[in-house]
Amino acid sequence: MSDANPLDARARMIARAAREITSGMVVNLGIGLPTKVINHLPANLPVCLHTENGMTGIGATLPYERADRNLIDAGGAYVSPIPGSAYFDSAVSFALVRSGRLDLTMLGAFEVAQNGDLANWKIPGKFSPGAGGAIELAQKARRVVVMTTHTDRHGNPKLLQQCTLPLTAQRRVARIFTDLAVIDVTAHGFELCELATGVTVQEVTEATGAPLIVPDTDIPTF
Amino acid sequence: MSLPDKTTTIEAAVARIPDGATIMVGGFGVPGTPFTLIRELVRQGQKGLTLIKNDANESGMGIDLLIANGQVKTLISTHIGLNANAISALNSGRIRVEFCAQGILAERIRAGGAGLSAIVTDIGLGTELAEGKQGIEMNGKRLLVESALRADVALIHADRADPFGNLTYAATARNFNPLMAMAAPMVIAEVETLGPLGSLSPEAVETPGAFVDHVAELVELSEDYGIVRR
Repeated sequence: MSDANPLDARARMIARAAREITSGMVVNLGIGLPTKVINHLPANLPVCLHTENGMTGIGATLPYERADRNLIDAGGAYVSPIPGSAYFDSAVSFALVRSGRLDLTMLGAFEVAQNGDLANWKIPGKFSPGAGGAIELAQKARRVVVMTTHTDRHGNPKLLQQCTLPLTAQRRVARIFTDLAVIDVTAHGFELCELATGVTVQEVTEATGAPLIVPDTDIPTF
Repeated sequence: MSLPDKTTTIEAAVARIPDGATIMVGGFGVPGTPFTLIRELVRQGQKGLTLIKNDANESGMGIDLLIANGQVKTLISTHIGLNANAISALNSGRIRVEFCAQGILAERIRAGGAGLSAIVTDIGLGTELAEGKQGIEMNGKRLLVESALRADVALIHADRADPFGNLTYAATARNFNPLMAMAAPMVIAEVETLGPLGSLSPEAVETPGAFVDHVAELVELSEDYGIVRR
């Protein structure tokens, strides 16, 4: 793989994914990597972050010393309110999701298929944490993007021709941010959009478990 | 006219729960979990329980104590990933877990609380959560019928209450509590602060006391309710 420091690669991936969030959006960030983008959002960006456990207007993540025991996000991190925050119950929280009020959700993944299928909730017999709110987020957010390492810890590709694990949602993923690249899911399959600094097209192709469309034009780096 | 007084003790309230009961338990993570009612249920030892709860708490906390004590037969939940004990209990077959999409669990409970029989939704179509569920055609679309949920008992954690059982909740400690507080014929609320009738503004009440049967004030908050340093 590339010579780049993996920590830098992870930080670049998170910073690049954060740029997907633009002014005026209502956004849900999934548990794990996606919630890390909060720290990369410009302080003056007008954006409404939603969390499944019943809050809009999420502010900075708080250290334990300053945490409110009754104020967490869906991943259990202690968060802060901002002026204009609101709290509500779980039915209201998912009414917001299912009725199409979420402009964007950014989710983690075990596998993404070239047709946009997503698997992120169950590895049969090994790890069955349950889907939480992911099925509704993936099925109903207006735009679904994924942030994940390009390969799993054994080096196996997570971007595949077909998912092998139980699905979270069918044909919903539009874009994938990885430590190697930004990849769009198109009608013709995965298409390379951007490369991480120091990563070659060949490296991305080899780490991807499905054909990768590479445009003839210059490919931007992040 | 004055409203009835439903105050009781934690012990007396939990003693009303029989073996084999189906119990809704409020909370999402720590906030809103009725830890004191759960610990009393562990002490009294009711067996063969079916629990309906968003998550399985974390190892050594909340409903994990009931699972570890062998009191739970079935768990209806959305996510148990933060509790390794619950995952191993599932993998070894010590408990049965029925997974439900989170917002659909909320709506099934709300429907049960609203006297409805089912909801109809497209959530979960194309996933294994749809397997074995009744489908219907409506407006040319295939949809799933999800049965409403009610329980024998709901265990609720509220921030403030009056003796009639009017309840308010703190921040993200609402979650499933206001929904579950409508969905059982026996609703037991543990409350952090109990004030006299009239101490809550009628406009601030989130769960009307007419839904609530027993109110027990917490004399102290155990460590369970505190900040979790992971």
